This record gives sequence, structure tokens and C-alpha cells, in this order.
Amino acid sequence: MADVELELTGITKRFGPLVANDRINLTVAPGQVHALLGENGAGKSTLMNVLYGLLQPDEGEILLDGKVVQFHSPKDAINAGIGMVHQHFMLVPVFTVAENVTLGIEETAPTGLLDRRKTRNDVRELSRRYGLELDPDATVENLPVGIQQRVEIVKALVRQAKVLILDEPTAVLTPAETEDLFRIVKQLKDGGTSVIFISHKLKEVQAIADKITVLRRGAVVGQAAPTATEDQLAAMMVGRDVQLVVSKGPARPGDAVLQVEGLTVTDADGRVWNNDISFSVRAGEILGVAGVQGNGQTELCEALMGLRPIAAGHVSLDGRDLTHATPRQHLRAGIAYIPEDRQEDGLVGDFTVAENMVLDVYDRKPYASGINLNLGVIEANAADRIKEFDVRTQSAETPVGTLSGGNQQKVILAREVGREHKLLIASQPTRGLDVGSIEFVHKRIVAQRDRGVAVLIVSSELDEIYALADRIAVMYEGRITGFRPPSVPVEELGKLMAGATDEEAAAPATGGSE
Amino acid sequence: MSEQAATGPVAGTGAAATDGEQHPRGRGRIILDSIVEGNSVTVTILAIITAMVIGGLLNAFTNKPVIDAWGKFFADPWHAINMAWDVAIGAYVGLFQGAIFNPHTVAALFQQSSISTAIHNGYLGAVFGPLSETCVQATPLLLVGLAVALPYQAGLFNIGGQSQFIGGAIVATYLGFGVSMPPVVHAIVCVLGGFAGGAVIGWAVGYLKAKTGAHEVIVTIMLNYVMQYFLAYLLSFQYLLQAAGVNPITPAVSGSARLPHLFGPSLRVNPGFLIALACAFGVWWLLTRTTTGFEFRAIGKNPNASRVAGVNVERNWALVMLLAGGLAGLAAATVIQGTDFQLNPQSYGTYGIDAITVALLGRGRPVGVVLAALLFGALHAGAPNMQIATGTPVQIVQILQALIVMFVAAPPLVRAMYRLRAAKAAGVGQVLSKGWNA
Repeated sequence: MADVELELTGITKRFGPLVANDRINLTVAPGQVHALLGENGAGKSTLMNVLYGLLQPDEGEILLDGKVVQFHSPKDAINAGIGMVHQHFMLVPVFTVAENVTLGIEETAPTGLLDRRKTRNDVRELSRRYGLELDPDATVENLPVGIQQRVEIVKALVRQAKVLILDEPTAVLTPAETEDLFRIVKQLKDGGTSVIFISHKLKEVQAIADKITVLRRGAVVGQAAPTATEDQLAAMMVGRDVQLVVSKGPARPGDAVLQVEGLTVTDADGRVWNNDISFSVRAGEILGVAGVQGNGQTELCEALMGLRPIAAGHVSLDGRDLTHATPRQHLRAGIAYIPEDRQEDGLVGDFTVAENMVLDVYDRKPYASGINLNLGVIEANAADRIKEFDVRTQSAETPVGTLSGGNQQKVILAREVGREHKLLIASQPTRGLDVGSIEFVHKRIVAQRDRGVAVLIVSSELDEIYALADRIAVMYEGRITGFRPPSVPVEELGKLMAGATDEEAAAPATGGSE
Repeated sequence: MSEQAATGPVAGTGAAATDGEQHPRGRGRIILDSIVEGNSVTVTILAIITAMVIGGLLNAFTNKPVIDAWGKFFADPWHAINMAWDVAIGAYVGLFQGAIFNPHTVAALFQQSSISTAIHNGYLGAVFGPLSETCVQATPLLLVGLAVALPYQAGLFNIGGQSQFIGGAIVATYLGFGVSMPPVVHAIVCVLGGFAGGAVIGWAVGYLKAKTGAHEVIVTIMLNYVMQYFLAYLLSFQYLLQAAGVNPITPAVSGSARLPHLFGPSLRVNPGFLIALACAFGVWWLLTRTTTGFEFRAIGKNPNASRVAGVNVERNWALVMLLAGGLAGLAAATVIQGTDFQLNPQSYGTYGIDAITVALLGRGRPVGVVLAALLFGALHAGAPNMQIATGTPVQIVQILQALIVMFVAAPPLVRAMYRLRAAKAAGVGQVLSKGWNA
């Protein structure tokens, strides 16, 4: 595998009047991890699709080792040694790892049959070389997302990729899987493979990149070394100074608004998602629930909204029992809810922005009189909210599904905090959002707290918990393993997140005790 | 601003994969959606034209004189082409004259000495006869078409127009001959009874889905069998619904229960047609102007988000199926009370299936359903005249109907034939609104 230097010069790509890529120059040295940093819509993916042969540039050239190459299709790019791992994997779920890897380049034995053994050995060999720990005979649909991603990487490597493009590779990974991915990327790099790492997450880029190129509105705005601070990188990305951690004054907590006692949630299969959870959230404070994704946080939120039956325990809001209330009764009782999966649970994608702005109040005055919808009021409401929350949309009649993630989240936020509410439950409120939107959402959440609303934040991003929470609760396997003030060191939170008991986590770490 | 545009060509990867994951809908549902929503009006009209061209060719080249003429094509090519043209056009002219109006009847009208004699002798009726028949034929198609289109908006596929029609027919007919009431009241009671009879069958489907998760497609298809044979059963015994005699047919509904002819005895058009139009308006109003319709559309597009927003998804399933069943039952009432007066084991005809094609052609929207029902109603109304005038078999109408729906169901085919650009290709506007970020 000869090491290859990749150079893009003056790449311009237009879509009608839009300039998606404006004279972009990029050089990737052999064995370099080159991060492309930019907000959603900055032109990162367009550039990579040009490089991968999915799009033809209007101007500019691609050079490999100084020679101009033209890619008319991904096949040309693959033959030239470029591999790409898309954000959404392209794997056949019911095939094995080996079958997926060999799909399209099947080796046949002299008898004309598929040479399964060779493929399996190839997978094993690559897996060993890069520490991928892949079982060639495992069925892909049974593998966790992080492992599926490795299958994609092996697919590229088997096809002799010398430049590997990873498109937002960590978007779907847990923190631990991200760690593993970084280890693999380092090994690839040591083996001479260049990696183009597309991301909008500053910490990751700092951790993994040798060189950072920042894109904004289709143009390169500058390059940075990984030693650049987060604030510097964020400012380059957004084009203005961004508050990565919103400033907030001390909390002035009032009476308990939400009270949860002994909450136990099980599903139809008898699996226990929440086990004897008790806590309260007071007016004017933010309780942050930390924990690795999948430890019952989603189910906790759903149970608190009446979307999941509660097996045991009590939930009350301002003294009113809501344990077995319907979702609508929860909403009417004064809970604003930002669900974890905004497209699945928060919005009707084909509905207009205006309709989504009233999705849970459409039958209330002034939006409806009796059975009649007051379309004029709904429209006026949308116009006001769009202005107030700076939602970037063509019009109030645009289907919400065509908006960017940040703007979709603003629609939900505008709708939920626009209702009378005493409690705000926000689950992963900034997942998948870019820096600018995160700042906006955080500011709004803190503003709610300062108005005296009780706020419950669930996040698997510790940065977010630290940035917002006045008190932290940690969840592990459906239990709350401990409550901590936001001044708690991250190591102690980490122990609680891994299942340590309150006392174990609080005990000072003694050297080499592990 | 560009990332969304950029993923466009990667349809197989980003865009498609995301869609597949994000929507809790089956593949069949996605295909249906693309049929109903992926079409522009242009495509629909071109589909109709294409179907008529093919129907015309089919008609011409199954005609004995035309085949003979083409056998001697090289001797006299013009004759062959003219023959084919004449036969194809002749059939459509016959269809048109049977469905819309016939110039000869207009000419005859003007030869009369005065308007009053013209009316008295039925000449005026002859002019409007075809239109009247079209309306009569369109009425049940329109109502059952709405019974498919309305649940479609709520995400349910109602194949059960037939069973709901039968449910309505049984109740309306029984009330029609078994009860005596004053004229207008009797007719209204029967119409309402028809609604109720269909609604019960429809509601059962929605209720089963809400309570047990039984898929509405399976349940409606099976109920079609149940109701079909239940009807045959009822008509086999005189202590049930059979009229005196040996035939499996009910007694005729009394005069007080019949829907009067709107424009004199020679035109069959009756208030049933007005009921159907009112229902189309009602469905439109319900869907776009009411909280109930908002809920229907929301659960049709995203049941999960609707549930989170406090909508009772299950109750809406039952409600929308109840209304749909009611609409199909109304169709039965208009047929029994307006034209047939008796119920026989075949009274449900092919309304259930025809209604699905009407709803598809009408793109699931009330206005579209009205237009599609009028088109198919015209085809049905004109067919007998076409056969009488030109000897073209009436089956050509069924073929036309099927071809139209087939082309509507395959928009890429029509677009390719007429070199249209795909309607859903990412327009610049869409790209613009996607790209912005705070």
C-alpha cells in the first residue's frame, strides 16, 4: 500500500443559485488524520461526495500524488484508493460480516463457488492488524452500531482504501464506542492510511485530528492545529464568538414541583427499566440526569409523561397525582416536554411549521373554538414564534421535516415553552445540533429556570449536564446511583455512571485500587 | 446550505436510509404514499390520456374490419389507418354521448314547437339523461371512495368498502320495507340507518385495531367475506329478509322511503348525489378545519409524535373507521333508496374495489375523489350507449379504468413517457430551508 497524498484544488460545486462549495483547497498528507469541521450545512458532505465521485465538481481538480484524477462514480474513487464510511451504514442486515465485506467483490474458488474461506480470512487478518475484534461469521443485524461501523471500515480497507472518509462517525456512537473508534483511527494512521474525519464536535476533533480545516458557508475559513482552543474553533465555525457554556446565575430553588417516589417501570417482557426511583425537582432549579445512554433515562421520561405504564410508585406535580394519567393529562397539568427523538416523537415531519407549533394545543383556546380550528390564530401564533425563536424557515407553511435539526428543535422548544407550564422535561435537548443551536437551546432552558420553572434535563453528554444542572442525578441500570452537586469531579460521576454505589463513588480514589 | 442538496444523489444512502428508519411505516405504506402523494395533477391527467390512447388502440385492433383492412395495409394504407381511427374515436364518441351529452338530442329539442311540449314529450329529459346517469353512477363511487380516502389520511387502508356497504344496505333496506313512516321522515331514517349499518362494521375494524393491534387490511378483507355471505344467508330465508317467492331478493322498499327524482321522472338523478357531494365537502371540512381532522392527519403522518402530543391514537382509529364505514353505508342507502329499491346478493357490485381506485386516482383528497368518481361514473354511464352505438364491448371501460389507475400508480413511467421532471426532486426552496442553521 503506497502512501498517497491527496489534494483538492479550487473545488466549486453549485446547486442552482447555491454555492455549496466555493473554491475549496484541501491537502491531506499520507498518514494524516485531517478533520473537516463545520456546522450542519457548511458544505462538508458536499465536498466529500465530490471526492467520492458521487457529485461532479463544477470547477477544480482532485489530485492524487500530484496527478489529476476524475471520479465519475464511487467506483472510480474506490479504484483510486478512496473509501467512505457514511453516517448511515450501507450493510445488508441479514448477511454476515464476511458476506457484507465481500459483497460486490466476491472471490470465487476455481469451482465457481463463493470462496467464503478467503473472505473470512481477510476479515480476520484486517481485524487483527487494526485491533477491530470482528467476528466474520456474526450476522450484522445482531451487532451493536459501533461494531457495524467497523464492518464499514473493513469494507473500505479490503478495497485497498488509502484515504478513508469518515462522515460524522461518532454521531451514532456511545462514548465508549467513540473511544474505540479513535483507537482504530490511530492504528489506521500508523499503518499509513489517511483519514478525513468529518465532524461538528469540537472535543472529538481536538482529540483525533492532526490538522483541522474549518468550513463555513461552503468556503474554507481557515486551518487550525488540534491545540487550538474550543472557543477559537467554535468562533471559526460559526463566524462569531460563541458561548460554549452559557452563563447562569445561582439557582433560587423554591418548592418541589415534581415529586417521584419509588417509581418502577417494567415493559411487557418483564424487563425492569426503572427500579424504585425517587427524586424531586424544585421550582427554579435544573436537575440533570446523567448516565450512559440506555440505562433507563428514556423510559423515565416516557413514564413521567404518561407514555409508559408505571408499575409501582407515585408521580405528582404540585401535589396532584399523575401516576396513571394520560399523556394529555400530563400536558394539561403543566408539563412541557422536549422528547429525545425529535423527528420520531416531537414533530410531524409532513406537517407545516405552523401546525407543529400547535401540535399539543390545537384543541385549546384560542387555537380552536369547539371543534373548529382557528387557522388565522394558528398562523399568527406561528409567525410570532418563528420571530421570537429565530426559526430559519422559508415560511410558516413549510413542512417541518425540511428544516435543519437546530431549527426543528427550536420549533419544539417554541411550542413547549409557549404553553403555561410548571415543569420542563428535556431529553437529550441538543443531540445532533451544531454549536450555535446548542448555545441557543441552553440559553432558553436556563431562562426557563430563571422564570421559576422546574427543569429536568436528561443527557448522555456530560458537558451538557455540567453546563446546565444545578443538581446532578446519575442513572445506572434503571436506578439512581447518586445525587451530586455540579462541582463534583468528573471521575466521581464516571464511577456512578458505571454502577458504583454512592459510598464507593464518594470514597477518595486510592492508587491502583482497580 | 448544501449538505441536504448533496445527499440528494446519494438517495440510496443517506436520504433513503434515514427515511426508512425514521418512519414507523411499513414498506407497503411507503409505496402507497408515493402513489397518492408523489403525483402531480399533470401526471394524473397524462395518465388518463395515455390510458385512453391505449384503450383506443386495443379497441381498434380487436375489431374485425380493422384487422382485415390492416391485412391489406400495403394495398391501401390510408384506408387501414382511417378504419382504426374511426373505430377508436367512434367508441369514445359513443361513450361521451352516453355520459355527457348527445348533440342529436339537442337538435331534436330545438325541432319542438315549444319548450313546454319539449318537456312534456321527454326531449329535454333526453338532453340531460346522460349527465343524470353519470351523476347516478358516480354517487356510490364517490361515497365509498371517501370511505377509503378518509381513513387513508389517518394512516389506515380501508379495503372494506364492500362489507361496510353491505352493512348499510341491510339496515337501509330493512327500514325501507319493514317499517312504515311518513314520506320524508322515512327516507331520512333509512339514509341514517344506512350510515349506522356501515358505521358499525367500520367501527369494528378500528376497534379491533385499537384494542388488539389487528391489521385493518386483513380485518377488512375478511369482513368482506363475512358480510358477503351473511347477506346471502339473510336472503335465503323468508323469516329473515327474503321476499315472498323463490328468489334471493328482498321486498322493494316502500315509496315513502325512496329518494325522489330531482328533475322529473325521466332523469334518475336523486338527492343521493347531493348527499355524496355534501359528504365530500364535509370530509374536506373535517380534515382541514377541525381538531378531529387535525388529529386524523397527525396520526396518519406520525402516530408516535401524536401520542406524545396527547392525541389518543387508538380512539381516533376507531372513530375514523366508524366515519368511513358510515360513508360506505350511505352509498348503499343511496343505491337502494335511489335506484335499485331491492337488495340482492350482488347489490354491492364492485364498489369496494372501484372505490380504492377512485381514492388512488383522487390522491386521497376529497376534491380529487369527487373528480375521480365523476370520471369513473361517466365511464360507467357511457358504456351501454357505446356498446349500442358502436358495438364496442363494455369491458373496454373496465380496461380503461384499470389502465388509468395503473399509470397513476406508476408516475415515473408517465414522467418518462412525457419527459417530465420528477415532482419531488429537491426544489431550490426546499434546499434553502433545509440548509439554514442558527
